[in-house]
This record gives sequence, C-alpha cells and structure tokens, in this order.
Amino acid sequence: MTTVRARLSVPSSAATSRRALIVGGAVVAAVLFIVFRGQWTLPHDDDYGLFRTLNGIRDAVESNRSVLEPIRAGVAGLVGIFDQVLASLGWPGVIGAAAAIGLIFGGWRVALLAAVGFGILGSLGLWESSMAVLSMMLAAVLIALGIGLPLGIAAGRSQRLASALSPVLDFMQIMPTLAYLTPITLLFLIGVAPSVIATLIFAVPAAIRITALGIRGVPATIIEAARSLGATERQVLVKVLLPLSRRPVGLAINQTIMLALSMVVITSLIGAPGLGRNLQNALSKVDVGASFDAGLAIVILAIILDRLTYAAGEWADPRERAARSGPRWVTIGVALALVGIGLAIPLVADATTFPDTFAASFREPVNVAVEWFTDTFHAVTIGLKDVVTNLVLNPLESVLVTAPWWLVVAALTTVAWYVSGGRAAIIVSFCFAFIIGLGLWEHSMVTLANVVIGTLITLGIGLIVGILSARHDRFRAFLRPILDAAQTLPAFVYLIPALALFNPTRFTAIVAAVIYALPPVIRLVDVGIRGVSGTVIEAATASGATGRQVLWKVQLPMSRHALLLAANQGIVMVLSMVVIGALVGAGALGYDVITGFAQGKDFGKGLAAGIAIVLLGILLDRITQAAGARRQAGMETAG
Amino acid sequence: MTVAGGPVVPAAATSDGAATGGAAGASAAVTAAAVASAAGSPAIAVRDLWKIFGPAENKIIGTPDAELSASDVRLKTGSTVAVRAATFDVQPGEVFVVMGLSGSGKSTLVRCLTRLIEPTQGQVLLDGEDILKADAKRLRELRRRRFAMVFQHFGLLPHRRVIDNVAFGLEIRGEGKAERHRRAIEMLDLVGLDSHAWDYPDQLSGGMQQRVGLARALAVDPEVMLFDEPFSALDPLIRRDMQNEVLRLHHEVGKTMVFITHDLAEALKLGDHVAIMRAGSIVQIGRPEEIVGSPADDYVRDFVQDVPRSHVLTLRWVMREPRDDDPVDGPELPPDTVIRAAVHVASATESPIRVVEDGRLVGVVDRVQILAAIAGTEPDA
Ligand SMILES: Nc1ncnc2c1ncn2[C@@H]1O[C@H](COP(=O)(O)OP(=O)(O)OP(=O)(O)O)[C@@H](O)[C@H]1O
Ligand SMILES: [Mg+2]
Repeated sequence: MTTVRARLSVPSSAATSRRALIVGGAVVAAVLFIVFRGQWTLPHDDDYGLFRTLNGIRDAVESNRSVLEPIRAGVAGLVGIFDQVLASLGWPGVIGAAAAIGLIFGGWRVALLAAVGFGILGSLGLWESSMAVLSMMLAAVLIALGIGLPLGIAAGRSQRLASALSPVLDFMQIMPTLAYLTPITLLFLIGVAPSVIATLIFAVPAAIRITALGIRGVPATIIEAARSLGATERQVLVKVLLPLSRRPVGLAINQTIMLALSMVVITSLIGAPGLGRNLQNALSKVDVGASFDAGLAIVILAIILDRLTYAAGEWADPRERAARSGPRWVTIGVALALVGIGLAIPLVADATTFPDTFAASFREPVNVAVEWFTDTFHAVTIGLKDVVTNLVLNPLESVLVTAPWWLVVAALTTVAWYVSGGRAAIIVSFCFAFIIGLGLWEHSMVTLANVVIGTLITLGIGLIVGILSARHDRFRAFLRPILDAAQTLPAFVYLIPALALFNPTRFTAIVAAVIYALPPVIRLVDVGIRGVSGTVIEAATASGATGRQVLWKVQLPMSRHALLLAANQGIVMVLSMVVIGALVGAGALGYDVITGFAQGKDFGKGLAAGIAIVLLGILLDRITQAAGARRQAGMETAG
Repeated sequence: MTVAGGPVVPAAATSDGAATGGAAGASAAVTAAAVASAAGSPAIAVRDLWKIFGPAENKIIGTPDAELSASDVRLKTGSTVAVRAATFDVQPGEVFVVMGLSGSGKSTLVRCLTRLIEPTQGQVLLDGEDILKADAKRLRELRRRRFAMVFQHFGLLPHRRVIDNVAFGLEIRGEGKAERHRRAIEMLDLVGLDSHAWDYPDQLSGGMQQRVGLARALAVDPEVMLFDEPFSALDPLIRRDMQNEVLRLHHEVGKTMVFITHDLAEALKLGDHVAIMRAGSIVQIGRPEEIVGSPADDYVRDFVQDVPRSHVLTLRWVMREPRDDDPVDGPELPPDTVIRAAVHVASATESPIRVVEDGRLVGVVDRVQILAAIAGTEPDA
C-alpha cells in the first residue's frame, strides 16, 4: 500500500511545494500581524459620509414614490382581500374550512390536525396574529406561484432560459434574509406590502427551481412518443409535461408556502403585523415564555400548512384518489357540513373573538422552567459561553479588527485562491473593496468572526452526527423525523431555545445559527458518505480494511465534494442567522440593519450594512464555492 | 430496397443489391435510383440523407471533411456524423430492418424519417412527397395519420390507464372519447390485452407494456410503422414472443414497417430486407440470405459468421445449373425454400432436388451442396 502511495505521489511534488507555500504564507502573515498590529485599522464611524448620502437617496426615492405606489397598493390590496375573507369567516368558519380542506385532500386525520391546530392558535390568544400572518403569506404565495410556476415551466423546457436564470437564482438563494429587507424598505417603505414583497422574493427561487427540475425530469421517450404521434407543443405541455411533473410541482408549492411562512414572520422587522411581531417583542424583553407561545404558534401553522399541501399533492394524483376508501360524495358532503357549521356558529353566539374559555398559555410554566434550568445549570451554560467567548470568539474578533486591513484582505484572498481558484479570489477581493468603501470594515470583521466560529462549530457537530447517521441505519431512522421537523421550522423560531439557554449575547446568536444550519449539514454529510459506491467499499472491505479504515481512507476522501458542499451550505446559513441574531444580542452588521429600520436617521447605515451582509455572503460563498464548481465539472464529464 | 429479379449467382447480389456507404453518397444515390426504377414505386424513398450533430452541423457536407471517417470528423470538428448519405427504398408492405452496433446511427436514421430529429440534408419521400419540405402543420398531419412509432423504452404515460395510452394518438388528433375507446379496445384485443384495459402501465410486465406500445401505434391506423429496438429491453423468451407477434400483425394488417435492431437473428427473422449500418453509413442492403450468403465487407462478415447458414440461405443460393445427365425423378421444391427445410426431403431420396420456379427448372441441389451449406464450407463462403 505504501509503495503504491509513494509512487502515486511522485507527480504531486507540485502539491507539496504548494503546501510549503501556504505554510510559508501563514508564517509571513503572522509576522506581519505582530509587527503592524493596531495600525492601518479601519475603526467604525457612525457618521461616515456615505451613510448620509444613502439617506439622501432615500429622500430622493421618497419624492418619486408615485412610480412604485401602484405596486405597493396592489399588494396591500391583495392582502386586504385575504384579511377580509378570513375575518368574515370568523374563527369558527376558518376552523371549519380548514377541516373541510383537510378532509377532502387527506382524510379525517388531516382534518382533525388542521382543526385542532387552528384551535390551539386561538387558545394561545394569538388568533388575530395568526390570521395576519396567514393572509400575508397567502398573498405572497399567490404572487410567487404566479411568477414562479410559468417561469419554472419555461426554464424546464428551455436550456437557454435555465442557464440565464441560474446565476440570478443562486444569488437570491445565498442572499441572507435580513439583507433583503433594507432595499425593499427603500422602495416600498415599511408595513404589509413590503413584507409581502420581501417574502415572495425569498420564496420564488424555490418555486422556479423545483418546477423546472420536475419538468426536466419527464422522461424524454414519453415526450418523443407524444411528438411522434403528432402532438403540438401545447398538447405536449398539457397532456404530458404537466401531468407527469405533478409531484415536483406539488413539492414546489409546498416549499414556496414553507419558505414564505418562514420569511413572513421575519418581516415583522419591517413592520409586518402578526406572530413575528409577537415573537420579536418577546425576544426584546427576554421573555422566553411569551416567545415560546409565539414560536409554538408559528410551528403549528407551519405543520398545518405542510400537512395540508402535502395531502393536496397526493390528492392531485388520480391513482391515489381512486385508491381512497369511501365514495367521494360522502366526503364532500361532510366537508360542506363542516364549513356550514363553522359559518352558522356566529349566528347563534358571539364569535368575533376567540372565546376565553379555551385560553391556554405556556408562558408562565416555560419561564419557570427556564429559570430553574438556568439556575441549576448556571455553571455549565455560563461556563460554555465564557469559554467559547473568551478563548475563541474574542481573540478571533480582535485579530480581525486590529490587524491591518490589507493583511486580512490578502490572507482571505489567498485562501479563496487556494481553495477555489483565481476567479473566486478576484471576486473576494472586490467584495472586500466594496466593504471598505461602505465604511463598515470593523462591523464586518466582527460579524465575520461570529460566522467563522458558528461555521466551525456547525461543521464539527455536523460531521460527527452525519458520519454516525451514515454508518448506523438505526441512528439515521431516529434522526430523520427530527431533521425533517427542524427543516420545516421557520428560521426565526431558532432564536428561542438559544435565548432560553444563554440570555442575549453574541454567543446566543452563534448558537441559534448553529442549530439552524445543522440539519442540512448533517443531511449533506450523510448523503455524501452514503453516496460512495458500494463496490468501492466492498473492494476495500474485501482487501481487509476495518470499518474505521473504510471511513477514513475511502468514504471521507470519496465524499470530499459533498463535504465541501456541506461547508458551503453551512456557512451561508450561519451568516443568514448570525445577522438575525442581532435580536438576541449579537451586534455589528445585523444590529446596524435592524436599527436602520427603526430609526430614520440610521437608514443609510442600515442600508450600507445590508449591502455589506450581501457582500460578506458572496465572499464566503465564493471562498467555499469549489464544491459547487467541481461538482458541476464532474457532472459535465460524466454526462 | 428490392433486388430486381433476385440473384442466381451470389456475386451478382453484391454488385446490384448493396448500396455501399462511405464517402460515395452520390454514387450510392445513383445505384439506388436505378434499383428503384426497376421495382415499382416505394412507400418510403430515402435519398442521400445526412445527420450531423454538433457545432459544425452545416459545415461538413460538400467539403473534404465529409470524406473523413466518423471518428476523424469528431476529432477535427467536435461534431458527430450520425447518418451519412443514407439511400434506400422501403417497399409497400415489407418489413425493412436496419441493423448495426450501438452508436451506429440507427435511432437517428429512423427519427429522421419523421423529423423527430431534423436531418441535416437529404430527401425522405413518402409516396413521392418530400417530408423534409413539409411545414409544421403538414408534418403533424403526417405524424398523426401516416406514421406511428414504437419505442425501446415504451414511452407510455404512467398516469393514464392502458386504454387511454392506446387511445393517446387518437386523442392528440382530436377524436371523441367514445370513438377512441372503441378503437383502443379493438387494438387491445388485437394484441391480446383486452383484459388489462383499465390497468395502469406499471402494473404490466415489460412485454405487456410493449404490446400496449404496439397497440398505441396500430390505433392510429398508420401506413408506416417505425420500431426503434422495440424488444431490446425484454427477456429473450418474451422477445421471441413479441417477434412472432409482429410477424402475425404484419401478416394481419399488412403495414409497411421499418424496424431497428442490433440483434442479427431478429433482423434475419423479421426482415424482408436488411440494411447494415456502421458508423453512420449503410454498408450493405439486401435480403437476409444475401447478407449471410455474401457479406459486403469484413464488418458484415464478422456479424454473420455465427449465423447457422442453413437456417437463412435458400436453395436459390446453393443450387447449380442443371446438367443433361441429372436424374429427372428427384423431388421438386421452389427456390425460396430454406436449406434447413430441404434437409428431410433430400435425405428421403438418392436423386438431387430439382429447383422449380413457375414450372420451369432453374437449378439442381445435391446432398453435397446441402451438407456444405450446413457445415458453412460452400465454395464462396
Ligand atoms: N442528440 C444528440 N446529440 C449529439 N450526438 C448525438 C445525439 N443523438 C445521437 N448522437 C450521436 O450519434 C451517434 C448515433 O447515435 P444513435 O442513437 O443513432 O445510435 P444507435 O445506433 O441508435 O445506437 P443504440 O443501439 O445504442 O441505440 C452516436 O455517436 C451518438 O453519440
Ligand atoms: Mg438507438
């Protein structure tokens, strides 16, 4: 084995010298840091000229608002319609209708889930907030699907359109959620309409992507068979492509709804009413109990919507429908009766507000439990927090902030070049140039430190859990529902457990980011390792390798690309969450953005910070982008 | 392609029966045209048909590059010559088989006939009408009424029941539900699947699914049926079943068929004429016994060397000129008799077999010739 290795590595002496170069570079960087520490720094200045210029831009947009006003009014009007429909149904009507929809699509179980779920929303005292979220989400989803489905179908049929759209969608998908918001408030002010617009921008890429994938997945022979029988393009679309991509299109709708829900609660930051605002208020008062109620309501809404759309997707398959027991008219009859009862209740009793009789809240018990927990495990949680903060976070932050800016730029550009090549390095250095120009160097470095720590923790845990999951079917089966559930949860909710454990600090935001980014990272690691061809593993085992050797010498190296992809995904998600973490104590860019929404005079800084977050996102994505690029290259050579 | 008169001497078959492909597109066209004029009007006439995939699609034909081999063209231009100067006739009511190794361009060729793949150049004449000149509407009309195709991987719609799959072509051309269901049932009856009309395709075995594909093609009552390796995805036993099914249907409905396969036995069994393709070119066209009896080149010879010759060659192939001293009491057989079928006749008599066509003695076959054919050692092999 060793001889083979030695022989194989002869031509890679170039790699060895490259490695020497890297080590040398690191040493040089360290020396430069020690020598120039504290010089050429770019300390933060709240009165940076550009911020005021941006305020001026806002004022200019302000005076030309009439152009954008129709869009704003149109979107607000659509939300208004949904508001009215939900309000006129009243709580009994909404519950009845939800049960009826559940019954028709999924049977009595789904109906029960929907009815009980909405009932809990009411008894938590969050009915109005829930309905506000629901109508904004419905409006956003309607528009997102109106744009996303046709575009997805077109992109599924035209390779050229798909290639043109792909970078745009990539960009939209790596853009941290918080960064959407400032430019949107610039164009559409704050309130319901900009919230819906931000939400639909967030949700539409998934709708386009999944639909296009579905259309593309229709077997070529079937399309060819239809053409050979003289089908027109329209007939191919209506009779072949659409029916055969029913499942992916259903998934696209489901994902659009889930993403929209996730975003719509975050838009409370720009003035959207609803559950997000309840949650935000509770977080700002460090009232974990109240935030638990709001978070629970959001989760319940997510579960109901997920189940209903999933059931609807199944129902859309005629074979599935045919296999259902019982005659259809009975189901429809019962469904109509449910809606009827719901609508009849207001006639006999006052149904304007949800009755207090069912009121329930977890606020007190949760607060008691959290208090007990923090008291009891004080030493552990505070210890953990302090260790990470003092031993890792603070030093890293101080290195990044006190090092000369050109040293940081040079070091990270070199890393980008080493990992992902020249193009990535150029993009990275451009991003740095813009960040410096924005006057947000120091804040960007602080945020970067948070992201780096968060990503390292995420990858460490993700690798261990992912490997375990790949190697033990039982563990995987146990993990799966947890990961599924975690991935349906709206991002905002992840702040709650972090806050409960660690109070508002920078570390809390990192914890939230880690919890948020872990599930997909675990999945990617697991899939990557399992994706290693069985024959290779068999060959290694046959030559006497132990399980551990197979893991280290075969599975991990061979799933390198999947692991890089996991790192890439993890880093983008951690950034997205770390900046939202400003709500639970993180400072820097996220905080700049959020205060920008609240205070008119800080708007310019907020907008600049939003742009800096995007730049940071692109920069981090490019540094780790090798995963995506190589994967594509691999697919091209394979195809 | 029909060989006028049929060969008496094997060597003659090669010279007028095979359109030699390769670079000489023009001369192949001349040969085929001459043959066509000798044999009545063909159902489909293909003239100098080319298909080139890739960036240089329109920059190769007519230049010296066109003379290069397929692999050289690929190296030089990055483009693939999938079909090169194909010229042949398909007679009404015959089964015309195109055979070749994987990647030789068979699928491309058959798709060019209905422009599922747009040919780069050439002519495809259906009853004299050039399909390549048809506009989109006319082309759809041709596909809806005059052609139907059966695919290797069936191409059935998984979300539709069998009956609606069979009726799909009728639905495409806008026929009413009652009428198309009636016709679909009729077709399912024809292929022996009437009891499965209300199943979904994935509830059927591969062989049954391909019967559905057959029924779907038959349902539109086309003049020409195109088959692209319809049975390659099936087990050998089922494949034999399906081949017999095609022969039976061909006998019953008498359609013109163009049948693609990479299986020589299948080609020889089904084909009235067989065209052999290599790297985009048609290297030989002939009746099965011509292909086996006098392969045009080493490529074809390689193909046919394991074929039991006595199963394919006919008496015409091995008979000798009658001599005056031949006994006249031998049994009489027509010249199309396969050698294998003549064995028991020959073994029942001492006298040589008299080969008689239209009441005229055209040749004589001794036991020696039969044994030589079985052993594969006759002089011209
Ligand atoms: N759409 C396409 N684009 C580029 N090249 C193609 C395309 N379709 C076929 N080819 C190339 O044309 C050549 C002939 O392919 P074709 O599919 O016609 O072969 P075939 O004889 O049907 O093979 P098989 O028995 O494998 O089906 C091959 O080299 C193939 O790679
Ligand atoms: Mg083929």
